[in-house]
Amino acid sequence: MKILVCISHVPDTTSKINFSDDKKSFVTQGIQYIINPSDEIALARALELTEKDGGTVTVINVGDNTTEPTIRKALAIGATDAVRVNAVPRDAFFVATQIADYAKKNSFDLILTGRESIDYNGSLVSSMVAELLSLPSVNSVKALTIEGNIATLDREIEGGKEVVSCALPCVVSATEGMAEPRIPNMRGIMSARTKPLSVAEPVAAESMQQIVSYDKPLPRTQVKLIDPANVAALVDALHNEAKVI
Amino acid sequence: MNVLAYIETADGKLKKSALEIISYSAAIASQTGGQVTAIALGDVQADELAKAGRYGAAKVLHANNDKLKQFVSQAYASVVAEAAKTTQADVVILSNSFSGKAMAPRLAIKLQAGIADGAVALPDTAGGFKIKKTAFSGKAFADVELTSKVKIVTLVPNSFKVAENAATGAVEVFNPQISDSDFAVTVKEVVKASDKISLPEAEIVVSGGRGLKGPENWGMVEELAGLLGAATACSKPVSDANWRPHSEHVGQTGLAISPNLYIAIGISGAIQHLAGVSSSKTIVVINKDPEAPFFKAADYGIVGDAFEVVPKLIEEVKKFKAANS
Ligand SMILES: Cc1cc2nc3c(=O)[nH]c(=O)nc-3n(C[C@H](O)[C@H](O)[C@H](O)COP(=O)(O)OP(=O)(O)OC[C@H]3O[C@@H](n4cnc5c(N)ncnc54)[C@H](O)[C@@H]3O)c2cc1C
Repeated sequence: MKILVCISHVPDTTSKINFSDDKKSFVTQGIQYIINPSDEIALARALELTEKDGGTVTVINVGDNTTEPTIRKALAIGATDAVRVNAVPRDAFFVATQIADYAKKNSFDLILTGRESIDYNGSLVSSMVAELLSLPSVNSVKALTIEGNIATLDREIEGGKEVVSCALPCVVSATEGMAEPRIPNMRGIMSARTKPLSVAEPVAAESMQQIVSYDKPLPRTQVKLIDPANVAALVDALHNEAKVI
Repeated sequence: MNVLAYIETADGKLKKSALEIISYSAAIASQTGGQVTAIALGDVQADELAKAGRYGAAKVLHANNDKLKQFVSQAYASVVAEAAKTTQADVVILSNSFSGKAMAPRLAIKLQAGIADGAVALPDTAGGFKIKKTAFSGKAFADVELTSKVKIVTLVPNSFKVAENAATGAVEVFNPQISDSDFAVTVKEVVKASDKISLPEAEIVVSGGRGLKGPENWGMVEELAGLLGAATACSKPVSDANWRPHSEHVGQTGLAISPNLYIAIGISGAIQHLAGVSSSKTIVVINKDPEAPFFKAADYGIVGDAFEVVPKLIEEVKKFKAANS
């Protein structure tokens, strides 16, 4: 089985997010980057599937050369090879166009992405890739098994789950539960240095959306502390002051 | 602008998000001069379709046949794209729900549309189409400008107030062209805890953290949630330890929610947790450590042991409900 895993290079979850004074750009100074957490889940499942049934796991990232340490980490975790599409990811459509182009030229049985990236939270790339390739897709998948040519998946829905099935090839976005993320071991880190990481040039994609400015949420006003011996005061405040009950 | 509102249903009834979507669409249409068409797919009760009219849809399209009874994102996106073309929609609005998030990207490709995912406010349509959306998992907002002819917006649940009016909308049957290749995904089973309030849509959420010591102590969380008509949630270590299901995990790597009231019990308030809940309107924190970072991000706080405070809170809520019913 040939699996393609799409990985995004995102600020570490502990990052404090700050913007330039004109609010137009995200300040990257001092930010550590990681593999997007749900993409790590997708990668872990891809490795489990190929360890069981044989096959290869290719990771793809759209980014400039600053993303290479993140890609090398995916190789250290166990991916077979990697490709970086050499461009700053402008928006989800741009990224999806690059991934779809690569996937079309290299045909995969399964394309895995994370549920959403923790920077722009679009949840867009996965289904866009599927649509561009005219493939079926299933989102927010917390369990994925493959028997022969058929994938069986648990898809998250409000207040429950749906069990669905689908013939390969298909596009799947992973969420918690699908697999435990893996930590690279020493051998993985050593071997990642020599694993193939190719660089592809981007194809054209029109941009139809643009971020014009950023803002941060307003800080909350000082917390009102309520005496634990007088919990009734909390109920009263929630009803009469906050008006939420 | 003509607006197409895709409305979600469950068990034949409009979801709460559907009313938000129509109200939001109606506000865009009245702001820009245009009409709202709503579209629902699958089994929906006739009176529920009529209800869509009361929230501002001039016309309500209903597409149904054997195949559309189950949600299949590829097929649903095709039907909505066809409706968008038929109604000459300038904007298509969906909920930023699991289903909306699965359909919207496909629609964007089909309609060559720019997309604003996770919108939290009405667009600024003076000289363009600029809209505020969440970014960095609740740590920030971004204003995004859509420059395409057709635009797609997914609206965060609970971020727009529903408004009912006296209007009625005409309900019409919509017969889409359906291709078999759109039904490559087969739904085999739907597993739902139907007695529970769904977390993404809940107006009140009671959440527990590692401070609750073990899964056996969630009885009081559920009791409080039940009394308040709230959904239950938890911090990441709690679901990682399998004390609670992953679907309850809120935060940067879990669900992002924006209820009216979020009650955090025994949760320290780590940056990743706060990211997912900080857009809640009112936050209450119950924690025995006065230095817990969550108190800095809360509106009301009680410094105390959850095992003493929560049972008292339950009694007070009971008294409150008795006095106000
Ligand atoms: C990559 C990554 C992603 C993450 N994503 C998320 C995420 O999405 N969501 C998330 O929640 N976390 C996330 N985390 C974890 C996060 O960093 C914190 O570890 C986590 O939120 C802490 O959970 P907690 O508050 O329940 O537990 P703790 O930090 O252990 O806090 C427990 C709190 O309970 C209080 N307490 C103890 N006993 C009592 C009592 N009897 N009565 C009252 N209070 C009591 C303590 O004072 C303490 O403040 C992530 C971490 C990483 C590394």
